[in-house]
Amino acid sequence: MTTIAIRGLTKRYGPETAVDDLSFTVEPGQVTGFLGPNGAGKSTTMKMILGLAAPTRGTVTIGGRRYADLPVPLTEVGALLDAGAVHGARKARDHLLALAVSNGLPKRRVDEALARTGLEGVADKRAGGFSLGMRQRLGIAAALLGDPRVLIFDEPVNGLDPEGIRWVRDFMRSLAREGRSVLVSSHLMNEMALTADHLVVIGKGRLIADTGMGEFMRSNGKGTVLVRTAEPDAFAPLLTAAGAAVREGVESSLVVSGMDGGEIGKLAAYHGIALSELTPQQASLEDAFMELTQDSIEYQGAGA
Amino acid sequence: MTTLTDTAAVPFHRTLRAEWIKFRTLRSTWYTLAGLFVLGIGIAALAMDPAAASYRDATAAERLDWDPTALSLRAFMLAQLVVGVLGILVVTSEYATGMMRTSLAATPRRHRLLAAKAVLIAGVALVVGQVLMFAAFFVGQALLASYDVPNASLGDPGVLSAVAGSGLYLTAIALLAAGLGVILRATAGALAILVAVIFLVPAFAELFPSWTQGLLDYWPTVTGTAVTATVADPDFPHPWFNVGGMCLGIAAVLVAAFVLFRRRDV
Ligand SMILES: Nc1ncnc2c1ncn2[C@@H]1O[C@H](COP(=O)(O)OP(=O)(O)OP(=O)(O)O)[C@@H](O)[C@H]1O
Ligand SMILES: [Mg+2]
Repeated sequence: MTTIAIRGLTKRYGPETAVDDLSFTVEPGQVTGFLGPNGAGKSTTMKMILGLAAPTRGTVTIGGRRYADLPVPLTEVGALLDAGAVHGARKARDHLLALAVSNGLPKRRVDEALARTGLEGVADKRAGGFSLGMRQRLGIAAALLGDPRVLIFDEPVNGLDPEGIRWVRDFMRSLAREGRSVLVSSHLMNEMALTADHLVVIGKGRLIADTGMGEFMRSNGKGTVLVRTAEPDAFAPLLTAAGAAVREGVESSLVVSGMDGGEIGKLAAYHGIALSELTPQQASLEDAFMELTQDSIEYQGAGA
Repeated sequence: MTTLTDTAAVPFHRTLRAEWIKFRTLRSTWYTLAGLFVLGIGIAALAMDPAAASYRDATAAERLDWDPTALSLRAFMLAQLVVGVLGILVVTSEYATGMMRTSLAATPRRHRLLAAKAVLIAGVALVVGQVLMFAAFFVGQALLASYDVPNASLGDPGVLSAVAGSGLYLTAIALLAAGLGVILRATAGALAILVAVIFLVPAFAELFPSWTQGLLDYWPTVTGTAVTATVADPDFPHPWFNVGGMCLGIAAVLVAAFVLFRRRDV
């Protein structure tokens, strides 16, 4: 079982603290979503996991060892931090071959990684001519070369079309199902809701939440119920009297919070009011995420 | 999941082979090498005609200084710039493209990665430098013979060491360039410093204070010129001694490069 253990991790750039005393654990067999607004410190944290940036304080270990101490790193950790981190004049296959050879991996791993990412057809083309989606795939192929138990992806769906996003999402899920530890960063909460089992939310370098996805949805996606009736003006005061909060929705519907669907249905039946719709609404996770991180947004849009 | 290799650390020769794959799979490598040979041998060839003419016009006293070996090796002056570009690019092209992060993720032991790069560029420059300088020597001597002026053969005193020495000099310059590439992390900056070191400083040597003159005896280009000479120069009684001094300086640059390479974030 290979876990990533981050303990008290801190990174300062001059007077600025990019990552501030961050601690969490990435467990195997699940996708851990790493969320935070722009500049929260996600990429910096990932660079420190890979030893590309040195922590000011704190430690990161992978299965108990520092990344630099892994004897054959690509067989333990695969990472895609930046799809652009290839030499554009080199062919995709040669790029992967150099990486494989550097870790003593057999040549066939290159073909396997190309096949798994659907890049066989362009393997002998120069990476500089690749579309963003193809470059993301090449980065993922590089991450898979050593069949590692830990995978780290920094915004792998950035710039992808819906099909590409879906492919990456399914891919992450299948990697986790195989028992690997998968850490994926994003600033899109809704995307994470579909991909991640576990959530780590940071803002301004600090830990905001470290929780299971289901738990996060229950506690933050406080439900409202959409109610449609021919007599909204009669029903609204009854709901309010029963302790619910009511506001008008579109097309003379009512949006009710503080009561669940069953209670609303009983109340309507008791007062003899016919309902034409009674639909529980999942509060947007994006809203929950915004609420959670609003104090720590570094670059607030003007007039927001 | 199966492990693909045993848990022993990857041996150094694998890191070196990976660097070789990276080096040979760029077209620019081969264009640069082709340019090096065209330029190096071309200059050696073109310079022989005016050299022969000056010999014919020379007085008997001047003819004592006639050094056909050094003349044919003069091409090292420009060759060192091209070899230097190769040395710089082995490092800076990875910074420019972001490839350095990928390389360091695959080989997180930084001294090992940089050592592989240094061995690679030294090996390439050693082979290329020797082939180039021997080719320049033979082409130059053949042309001098065809112009009917005295020329040298490899067996003449000091000739072999001058030819091989100029090739070794190019190897040292390639390592200096790679070190500058690490320190500056940018092609343009490293190239500017390299040009200043190999061309500008020797050209403006008279402008520097007298206490620096001793240092200049060990300066690149100055030592390169000294090592190619087969006619004794009173200023450089032991040119290999000067080359050795230059190598010490280059070693110091490389030490700085290794220290910085380990310490800096990428
Ligand atoms: N090399 C650096 N030098 C100085 N400051 C840096 C450096 N790298 C990152 N920072 C700063 O550290 C903070 C965190 O940056 P980081 O890239 O880790 O954020 P992020 O969460 O990945 O953001 P995004 O979602 O935009 O990718 C930012 O304020 C950034 O400006
Ligand atoms: Mg980022």
